[in-house]
Amino acid sequence: MDLRRPNRPVIGPKVRQVGFVTPDSAAATSSSSIPAVSAAAATSAGSPPSSLSPVMIPPPRHPSTEMSNPHFHPVGSYNPSEQILGSPPALSPSRSSRFDADGSDFGGDDDESVALSGVGGGMTPKSSLLMRQPVTKTAPLVSETRKRDSNVSKGKGEGPSAAPKEKLTKAERRATQEAQRAAKAAAKEAAAAGGAPSVSKQPKPATKPATQQKKDVPSGSGPLQPLAPSGSIEKKQGKKEVAAPHPRMQFDDMTKVGKLKKRAVVNQSEARNRVELFRHLPQYEHGTQLPDLESKFFQLDLIHPSVYQVGLQFLSDKISGGNARCIAMLLAFKEVIQDYTTPPEKTLTRDLGAKVGSCVSFLIECRPLSVSMGNAIRFLKNRISSLPHNLSDKEAKSRLQSDIDRFINEKIIIASKAIVEHGVSKIRDGDVLLTYGSPSVVESIFAYAHGIKKNFRVVVVDSRPKHEGQGLLRRLVERGIHCTYTHLNAVSYVMHEVTRVFLGASSVLSNGTVYSRVGTACVAMVAHAFRVPVLVCCEAYKFHERVQLDSICSNELGDPDAISKVSGWKDLNYLDGWAQNENIQLLNLKYDATPSDYVSVLVTEQGMLPPTSVPVIIREYGIERLWT
Amino acid sequence: MPDVSDFILKLQRRRIEGSHATARQTAELLRSVVSQTRMPYTNQAASLLDAVRAVGEQLIAANPVELAVGNIVRRVLHIIREEDLSSSAVSFEGLMISEKSDDEDDADQKGGPVLSAAAVAAAARSTLRPRSLQTLLEDGPLPAAPSKSSSAGDSEGKSKSDKSAVGKRLKHSVIEAINLLIEEIDDCYEDISEQAVEHIHQNEVILTLGRSKTVKEFLYAAKQKNRSFRVFVAEGAPRYQGHVLAKELIQKGLETTVITDSAIFAMISRVNMVIVGAHAIMANGGVIAPVGMNMLALAAQRHAVPFVVVAGSHKLCPLYPHNPEVLLNELKSPSDLIDFGEFSDCMDFGAHGGAPLMHVVNPTFDYVPPNLVSLFITDTGGHNAAHMYKLIADYYSADDLVIKRKSTSSN
Repeated sequence: MDLRRPNRPVIGPKVRQVGFVTPDSAAATSSSSIPAVSAAAATSAGSPPSSLSPVMIPPPRHPSTEMSNPHFHPVGSYNPSEQILGSPPALSPSRSSRFDADGSDFGGDDDESVALSGVGGGMTPKSSLLMRQPVTKTAPLVSETRKRDSNVSKGKGEGPSAAPKEKLTKAERRATQEAQRAAKAAAKEAAAAGGAPSVSKQPKPATKPATQQKKDVPSGSGPLQPLAPSGSIEKKQGKKEVAAPHPRMQFDDMTKVGKLKKRAVVNQSEARNRVELFRHLPQYEHGTQLPDLESKFFQLDLIHPSVYQVGLQFLSDKISGGNARCIAMLLAFKEVIQDYTTPPEKTLTRDLGAKVGSCVSFLIECRPLSVSMGNAIRFLKNRISSLPHNLSDKEAKSRLQSDIDRFINEKIIIASKAIVEHGVSKIRDGDVLLTYGSPSVVESIFAYAHGIKKNFRVVVVDSRPKHEGQGLLRRLVERGIHCTYTHLNAVSYVMHEVTRVFLGASSVLSNGTVYSRVGTACVAMVAHAFRVPVLVCCEAYKFHERVQLDSICSNELGDPDAISKVSGWKDLNYLDGWAQNENIQLLNLKYDATPSDYVSVLVTEQGMLPPTSVPVIIREYGIERLWT
Repeated sequence: MPDVSDFILKLQRRRIEGSHATARQTAELLRSVVSQTRMPYTNQAASLLDAVRAVGEQLIAANPVELAVGNIVRRVLHIIREEDLSSSAVSFEGLMISEKSDDEDDADQKGGPVLSAAAVAAAARSTLRPRSLQTLLEDGPLPAAPSKSSSAGDSEGKSKSDKSAVGKRLKHSVIEAINLLIEEIDDCYEDISEQAVEHIHQNEVILTLGRSKTVKEFLYAAKQKNRSFRVFVAEGAPRYQGHVLAKELIQKGLETTVITDSAIFAMISRVNMVIVGAHAIMANGGVIAPVGMNMLALAAQRHAVPFVVVAGSHKLCPLYPHNPEVLLNELKSPSDLIDFGEFSDCMDFGAHGGAPLMHVVNPTFDYVPPNLVSLFITDTGGHNAAHMYKLIADYYSADDLVIKRKSTSSN
């Protein structure tokens, strides 16, 4: 019909592979696509349940059993950890080496140092040739770590890999824990009555008593709904099936904003000429607070330097992208835990929870949390609060750190690999794939597909003001993938020749809405109008039980000055000094909500799902499992 | 003619862009062409038509995407035909009154004395646009059969001095009509913006993309009538003319918000009406518009927001589009999108078998299909997309379409 659409050689019988893919076909594609080495590895791994089934509805298994499959680790030139960590190296090499040092300092714990070197190796930006070896090494190590990890936790009887039969014991355990905790809390209260005044004298928010901190975090946090560190968690878990997500902070509520300002560390000045429609979102003048914060470095003794560093990186947009931000934050928290010592007359579970909470509120002040970060924080707090009380500090800390590593590996790195595996199965020879912005998972899909010699072309669509697509374009071209680059407005021009659209997501909400980089909805809409399938790639840890219908109720506002300055157009300075005129406002939205009917399929590590299945994944299969 | 070659060069080098500028300059050029044409004694209208057509072909070939040029050429051709008809009708009338014994043209002018010149012109106009199959078949290949026969009859029945007077009159009236056309092109903004108050009411939120003078005047006019409303301006990559429009709007005290193009879908749910300009309106009601418009129209359709296109009549194109995204489009330099310095190594032709791995696509126009457009507002009022072909037929004669289509296909 259309001459511009290249004729694709017919590969096999025309079977439409949308939605659920049967295990057979998945196995067939994977065995055909992956070099013999990995196939052999897969067979040696051997056990039928460990073979990847794209849809894992019944029986509910723990992701770790699923993910620890060596089958997941591709051998080709594809370089997973570099991919996942996205464009900017999340941390400097020196930092990651510091991690290593820390890990080895930390009392000869084998698990720990191994996992650390795995992650740290991924962080250091090296050329792909150099990286190949470390990565192939890393992958087994990671799985090994997890195995040991699970062994350890099973031995202690409260591991993450809670088999169904353990559920009863879990409930029992919970009951005993609650009793213990109630007793301890009571004791603490009594102790705190004496100790509190001296602590609360200090002006910084971090020192506020835990109960107040507990209130702080949800009010400012946006997406996350942290679980309370102490006894109330049990209650919450009991009724969590019915509990609606906590309402988010509305920034047009003056009293609340006043409260928030009082305890803010980052003194941000409100941007001028606010858009009326977005009064409920925070908008600050960009860049002004950066030098201020830097000068305050030595006064903010309560914020751990690594959190501080990550916060500044968020603030200056050095780290962006859901996965990269989440990993950076978790690694910072790991350092916090590393350097933590329980103060006298306090318990680790409560005090560390409060400490993490204060770090989180600092990060929120730097930039509102993404859903992925919110979920990660929820996980961490849950882990902290469910630590048994009889553990020594050292033990508890090492356990938490390994939990964090496990989260990063399972929920982000290995999940991405699973998504890559699924996504590649939807790329045929001769395809023209379109992507928007610079989603890290989609980039690894392309890289992997190219690595297994699929013949395809990529259209990179980009938009102002961040031009993230240029980075993606550069990386893809360096890999030798044929690319076409264009801007968002021309998307309906290029859509004629496109056969698949791969998009990333910041979060997938319970009604199937895909909350993602602004402009994603436009691309999905045009693809829908041109009858091109839209595949949204998103790790399941980014799912959230919230619902959203439009992009206005919840969003994030960027720096308005970024709009007035057009890079590359020296003569385009019509909007200089716009802030003087009160009639003009510049709106720099960061996210938008793609309605679920534009999404053909959602590629997650749980399989390929229709967007209507998101609540099923959230409610029935396991977001809760994520937190334990 | 030096003027012509100069203008062609400008069109080819894209020195003149934008439908208003090109339309106006084309009309001025054709006026000078008409005035410089030496009028023969016989068949004056045909010679004028030929002269204009010859120049017009070159102009259209110089920049085929600038549809306004072709529109104006066709308009001028149409004017010549009409003026010829009406002048011949006047001369017939004069003939009938002065000498009542003209046997040869008898059949043609039976009703002549009773008809006024205007009525004859109206009747002739209908013959200019043959609609029925029969007239199509009878007409055959000759483009202007009725006018030719009438002018031939005219020439036979008249003395030489009379003829030169008629010729001068024809030329004169054609030039007059072209002047009117130029005036119309200049005044279209006023006619369109007069209708603004009918469409924009208090507290409305209006979204527009890029920069269009017609839209600007439309919004100004509503503001002058003391309507207070809010305007969202999408900046319109890759040229970001939306910034210019925003600056112009705030000078008139309009509340303006500049949004990125990517935020269109996010914001359109809070918008009451989308008002945009166009590059050209095709005969099927489709719109050739600055790039990004199709996306905006789709978003508007999704949220049931009226999508209104304002355009002067010089943008009405009598052609039907075929594959307009490709054939009626123009790809601009990649330097609008990327920095050559940064990506020069990716554009290496030597590295990968002669073709670079990277391509940059930077189209200028977008095609908005007619079903996405809620309303057209031209200087003659509001119109439905399905009605555009009829409106367009008022401005052009069917014979010119065929000729021009050949010429456009030849380049």
